[in-house]
Amino acid sequence: MMKKIFTRPKALTDAAFHYCPGCTHGIIHRLVAEVIDELGAADNTVGVCPVGCAVFAYNYFNVDMFQASHGRAPAVATGIKRALPDRLVFTYQGDGDLASIGTAEIVHAAARGEKFTTIFVNNAVYGMTGGQMAPTTLLGQKTTTTPKGRDKDNNGYPVKVAEMLSTLDGAAYVARVSVHNPTHVNKAKKVIKKAFEVQIKGLGFALVEVLSSCPTNWGMAPNEALKWLEDNMIPFYPLGVYKEPAEVK
Amino acid sequence: MSKILMKGNEAIGEGAIRAGCRYFFGYPITPQSELPHYLAKRMPEVGGVFLQAESEVSAINMVYGAAGAGMRVMTSSSSPGLSLMQEGISYLVGAELPCVIVNIMRGGPGLGNIAPAQGDYFQSTKGGGHGDYKLITLAPESVQEIIDLMAKAFDLADQYRNPVMLLGDGILGQMMEPVELGEIKEVKQADKPWAASGMKGRSNSNIINSLYINPEDCEKLNEKLFAKYAEITDKEQIWEEYQLDGAEIVLVAYGTAARICKSAVDKARAKGIKAGLIRPVTLWPFPAKVIAKIAQSVNCLLTVEMSMGQMVEDVRLAANGVCPVHFYGRSGGMVPEVAEVLAKIEELTAGGDRE
Repeated sequence: MMKKIFTRPKALTDAAFHYCPGCTHGIIHRLVAEVIDELGAADNTVGVCPVGCAVFAYNYFNVDMFQASHGRAPAVATGIKRALPDRLVFTYQGDGDLASIGTAEIVHAAARGEKFTTIFVNNAVYGMTGGQMAPTTLLGQKTTTTPKGRDKDNNGYPVKVAEMLSTLDGAAYVARVSVHNPTHVNKAKKVIKKAFEVQIKGLGFALVEVLSSCPTNWGMAPNEALKWLEDNMIPFYPLGVYKEPAEVK
Repeated sequence: MSKILMKGNEAIGEGAIRAGCRYFFGYPITPQSELPHYLAKRMPEVGGVFLQAESEVSAINMVYGAAGAGMRVMTSSSSPGLSLMQEGISYLVGAELPCVIVNIMRGGPGLGNIAPAQGDYFQSTKGGGHGDYKLITLAPESVQEIIDLMAKAFDLADQYRNPVMLLGDGILGQMMEPVELGEIKEVKQADKPWAASGMKGRSNSNIINSLYINPEDCEKLNEKLFAKYAEITDKEQIWEEYQLDGAEIVLVAYGTAARICKSAVDKARAKGIKAGLIRPVTLWPFPAKVIAKIAQSVNCLLTVEMSMGQMVEDVRLAANGVCPVHFYGRSGGMVPEVAEVLAKIEELTAGGDRE
C-alpha cells in the first residue's frame, strides 16, 4: 500500500481546467484551493468569479460561487459579505476586469475596508477576447490592439494596482507575487494564505496581485513565457508585501 | 391605528423594512434621496445594512451579491441611475434573483431635470437591459398604496425569483400624505435552497450565474423565464376601476397621472359626460384583460401619461382595434393639469358617437 502524498485539494472539483497549455491560472486556482483546505473553510466560503478567462472558475472551485458582471466582482462580494459577515468571501479577477472596467469597484471596496480577499491575476493582456492591450500591458509590448507595441503617447502607462491600492487606509493587506517558478509558487501560497487570514481576523480588505503568463496571447512557448515574465514584468511590477497589518506579521 | 404624515420616499423605506428587507444599497440622486436618508437611520435600528455605494452600477451589483446570498434586498434610484443599473438588472434576471428596485422617475432624456415624469415606462416594462426578459412593475398612486404594495413587491420577487420594479415619479416620492402603517407583522420569507451562502454540509455547490455558453442551454433558460412570465401575466394583473358605470369614454393612466385623471373624470361626470378610468397598478403584467373587455363597451379610450406616449402602445395592443385609443401627455417634467385632461375628454366626446 503506497502512501498518498499529493492529491487534488478538496476545494477543487474534478473538472478539467479549460485553460490554455502553459497558462498559470491552473496553478493559482490550486493555491487558492489549498489555502481554503488548510483553513478548513470550504464549507463556509463563497467565491466570486469575473468576466475573462477565469469566468468558468465556478466549475473548478468546489465552494458556493457567484459569476459577476465585468469588473463588478468587488461590488458583488460586498453584497455577499455584508449579508453574511461570517463567511469567507473572495473574488478572483483578471487585469482587464479589475484594473480597467472595474477600477471604481475595486478602489471603493478597498477604501471601505470590505472584509474580503481579492486574488488579482495580472498577465498584462486580455486573454479571452483575443490578446488586446490590458491596463497592465507593458510599454512596448505588442498586443492585437497595439500591433507596434504599447506607446505611452497614445496608450498611456500601465497601472500598478498593488502600489495604488496600498495607499488606501481600508486596504489592510496588499502584496504582489509571481508563479513563474516553484520557489515563487511556494511563496505565493504563503501570501495568499495570509490574505485570507487577514479576512478571518476582520482586519480589512486584502489583495494579492499574482503575475501570470499568457503563452497563447504573448505568442510564446510556455517556458519562454515564464522567462519573459521574469525578465520583463517583475522589473516593472516589483514583488513584495506592500502593506501588512501588525496582527499577521 | 392612527394615521401619520409620511413622504412617499420614506414610505417606501418603511414598507420595505416591514416586508422584512434588511439590506439596502444605493447611490444619491434626486428626487428619491429621502428614501436612502430614511433607511440610513432606520436600517441600523432593525439590525439591517444600509450602504452608500460608489455608483448605481456598484449598487445593483451589491444587490446581486446580497440577493444571491438569500437576503431580501432593495435598491433605489431615479431615471439616469436606472439606466446605469440596466446591465446588472439583466444579470439579476438571468440568475433568477429576487430583489426590489425603486425608480422615482424624473424628466429626461439625458440629464433632463428633477421634475416628475413617466418617461421610463418602456425601460421598466419592456426589459430595459440586454436580452429577453420582463420586470414585474408596480405603480402606486399614493403614499398609502406604497405601504400596501411593498410587501407584495418582495413576495412577488421571491415567488417568481425575478426582480420587481416599484415605479413612481417625483411627485409621489416627494409628497406627504397621511398613512396608516398598520401592525408590524412577522414576515414569513420563502426558503431559498438555491442561495450561494456557503455549502454548510451540502454535497453540491450552489452557483449564482447567468452564463450559458451553449446556445441550446441559453434558449432553455429563455423558455423557462417566459413560462414563468406567462404564469405571471395570467395571475398577477392588478388594476383599479373608477367610475366605469355606463362609461362612454374611459381614461387609462397610472401613478400621479391617474390621480389627475380621477379629478378630470369627476369634473366630466359633473358636466354629464360619462367618463371613467382604469388605473393599471401592475404595468407589467399589463392589465390587458380589463382593457380588452372595456374596449367592447366604450366609444373610445384615452391614455394619459407624463410622457410622449409609452403605455398607450400597450393600451392599443389590448384594445386590438375594437375602439379608438387616444393619447394626451406632457413630458420632460411637465405635469398635465386637470383642465387640460378635461378639455381632451370634451373634445373627444363632442361628437357623441363612436368614432
